[in-house]
Formats: sequence, C-alpha cells, structure tokens
Amino acid sequence: MNIRDHDEYAIEFNNLTKVFGEHTVLNDLSFKVHRGKITTILGFSGAGKSTLLKHILGLIKPTSGEVIVLGRDIAELSELRIREFRKKFGMLFQYAALFDSLSTFENIAFPLREFTKLKEIEIQGKVGELMKAVGLAEHSIHKLPSEISGGMRKRVGLARALALEPEIMLYDEPTTGLDPITTKMVNDLIKETAKNNVDKRMTSVIISHDVEATLKISDYVAFLENGQMVEHLPVNEFRKSQNPIIRRFLEL
Amino acid sequence: MISREHAVTKTVELLGAKVIETLNGLGRFTSYLNSVMFWMFRKPYRWHLFFDQMYFVANKSLFIIGLVSIFTGAVFAYQTYLGFAGLGFDSFIGPVVAISMAKELAPVLGGLVISGRCGAAMAANIGTMKVTEQVDALEVMGINSHQYLAVPRIAATVVSLPILSSIFLLIGNFGSWLIGTKVLAIDEMTYLSKIPEFVEMKDVYEGLIKAMVFGFLISIIATYHGFQVKGGAEGVGRGTNLAVVWGMVIVLVVDFFLTSILTLIL
Repeated sequence: MNIRDHDEYAIEFNNLTKVFGEHTVLNDLSFKVHRGKITTILGFSGAGKSTLLKHILGLIKPTSGEVIVLGRDIAELSELRIREFRKKFGMLFQYAALFDSLSTFENIAFPLREFTKLKEIEIQGKVGELMKAVGLAEHSIHKLPSEISGGMRKRVGLARALALEPEIMLYDEPTTGLDPITTKMVNDLIKETAKNNVDKRMTSVIISHDVEATLKISDYVAFLENGQMVEHLPVNEFRKSQNPIIRRFLEL
Repeated sequence: MISREHAVTKTVELLGAKVIETLNGLGRFTSYLNSVMFWMFRKPYRWHLFFDQMYFVANKSLFIIGLVSIFTGAVFAYQTYLGFAGLGFDSFIGPVVAISMAKELAPVLGGLVISGRCGAAMAANIGTMKVTEQVDALEVMGINSHQYLAVPRIAATVVSLPILSSIFLLIGNFGSWLIGTKVLAIDEMTYLSKIPEFVEMKDVYEGLIKAMVFGFLISIIATYHGFQVKGGAEGVGRGTNLAVVWGMVIVLVVDFFLTSILTLIL
C-alpha cells in the first residue's frame, strides 16, 4: 500500500460522489483539510455533512471519487484494515455516546483496555491524566453517565476519544442542544484540546451549524451546500465572503 | 369509483411490496448471521463479556426456571393421573412425565422463558445502544459491534439453555414426584423404579440438543432485532416486541422439525 504525502493535508476528497438510491448526497466534491488545524464544515441540515464524516471514517465507501486520509485511499483498505486504521481517529458524538453501563473511569479506560496492553496501574494513571486534560473532577470518576450532566458527559466523551492519542479528532455537532454556558465550555475545550496537541499536529474537524462558535474557534471554514463545497477559506476571509448563500447563513 | 383494473393492479402492487420487504428482511438477517459466525471465531475473545452474559442468562434465570418447572411437573403429574387412573396405569406417571419433560417440556418451556426474559432484554439493550449512538461509538473505535455485543450474548445463551433445561428437567420431575407420591398416594418406590425402565439417555440428549439450538435461535433473533432498531424509544419497543414474538414462534416451529430429524438420527 503506497502512502501518499500528507504533510500538508490530513484529509483529501477528490471528486467524491455518493449516491443513495436515487438521491445524490455528495456531488463531485473536492476539498482538502489542513493538517494540524481546526476546520469546521458548516451547512444546513441535510446538506451531506454526516455523510462526509462517515466517509472520513470509512464507514461508507464512495460511489465514485476518492477519499485520502493520512495519505491512504480509504476505498483500498480492507474491512479489517479500516478497523485498525480507525484507531488514528477520535470522535466526540453529539450526545457523547458514552457506554451507559460503564462508569466515567471505565468509559475513558475502554479504548485503553481494548487496544493497549497497559497494566491496571498504568491505565489508572492515564485515565487520571485524561480527566485532568478535559477538566473532569476527581469525584465523578465512579459515576455512571446517567448521574452526570450533559456538559460533563461531553468531557468524558472527549477524554475517551483522546485516550489513544488520535491524529484526527472529529466533532459531530458538538454544541447542538446545549445551554449557552455549556456551549462556551465545549468550544473552549475543543480549542484547548487542539492547542494541547499542536506539537503532535493533531487535526480537528468539526461538523456544525453553530456559526458563532465556528468563527471563534476554527482556523478554516468550509461550507457544504447540496453535496458540494461552495466555499473553503481561512476563518477571517470566510467572514467577509460575498457568496450569497454564506451571507444568508451568516446573517441568520 | 375505482376501476376493476386499478383495484387489481393495486392489490398486486401491495402484494409485491410485501414480498420484496420480506425478502429484504431475510437478506438482512442472513448477512447478519454471516457476520456473527465470522466474528464469533475471531480474536480477541472477550471472555469477561461472555461470563457477564452467562451470569445474566443462566444464573439470574434460576429462580424463574425453578418456579415454572416445579409447577409444570406438578400439574402434568396431576393431569396424567386423571387420565391414567381410570385405566389403572397411575404408576406410569413417573416415566410419562420424565420422557415428556426430557424431550419436550424442558427445552421448549425453558426456551420460551428465556426468550421472554433474556431475548427481550438483549433486544432492548442493543436497541437502546443503537439509538444513543453507542453502537456507532464502538464502530468508530474500530470494534465490530456484532463481535462485541452479539457474540458474547449468543455464545452464553447456547451454553446456558442446556444447563437451564437440565435444571428444569430435575426440578420438574421433583414437582411431579411430589404430587404423585404425596398427594396422589402412588408408592414412592413404584414411582421411581418405573422411570429407568422407560427413559433412555437418548431422550435426555434430544432435549439437550434442542435446548442448544433454541438458545442459538432465540439469541440471534433477539440481537438481530436489537441492531435493526431505528428511531427512539418507540423503535426500541418495537424491536423488543419482535424479538420476543419471533423468538417464541421460532422455538415452537423449529421444535416440530427438530423432533422429526432427531427421532430419525438418535
């Protein structure tokens, strides 16, 4: 398997098209995600954002075109290889998707137990570090997901996603449905996480329709509309974009 | 008014849609079965999940299996007595109950109880994990959700049901013995001595094989319906419902065919 140069771009979509039945969700989309930066993909509901995310993870395969992640063509990887490959990703789900039968500690330790041969004492140390990194207090360690608040759950979800030191962090609608204070907390957390991992050149991709937050925390912003990238700019230029669709979105 | 042609076309269309839907469902189930068999014999083997499920399926079902079996044995002894006493065959209650228990009642009733108790829980559990994206979370981490969630449940049920069925058999016969000797006043020695005269080991084997097959079917159907769940609490309810209904129906239907086959083989 040849690994292409991915020093500048962590993810590349080349002429990606995805058709479900008669419905074309992604239409000849080309777009590159800068490595080591925070990129937000904005768009209205149903624009194809989730489908794009699933392509990055290799959960679905393109109808045509290619998806290159960290230099590898996802379509060329076998089912087993893709599973192996997914360890390079961390993902924070919209509602955190914590395992509800496991405590905070066990949720964060989960990837470590599954994929590493760390001893129990090492796992405890690592979980402690991760909890500190995302600002989780000591007393929540043995609580179940149902016993902690939405904001706390996000922190646990983030700690779990960071456990295997991913090269790419994906955030699916990280602030949807949260109150303003928790929203700010999650945004700060995303920014902080990216900053803490800047030496590892961790790439962050955020799927969102929260314009305000996007402009605050992103380095690059892409706008998805009808299965195509209509704009992809550094955040300061995006603000000034004269594209009528984007103006409409920004002025909502 | 609808024309006759239109009514005919409509009927054929509806029928066709139903056939396609059924075939699609069958296709999905077959590919699920395929996937489960593939991942079952692949490392890593998560023994701790298997033992957790064993605890849930076997250990936690002991009380209800005991309760159902003792009353089944008791009522069966009583009914047999009502039928046999007039003919003077009342001393045959022991072997009649033992054979029917071993071959049919223990695996079938045990299967129905486990389908209701554990099949429902499996479907609800996996279904809830599906709608709250916990299944996706596993997949995103690179863990196959069928291997992680379905395989331990299926393996545990296949191992547990023969054990539970054996317990059902023992307690059921005890219930029958209790009624037969203490209430219906059959001589204790007569009751016991008749059993080995008529009951063979192959009757017991037949029951155990059935229990294993039922365990596999109940758990694979339950987990399948769990993974099929879509959309919120209502979806979980529907999935659980389908899991239990199909689990029970399949046990009874397959029992008939399995009996025919096993009678030929054993």
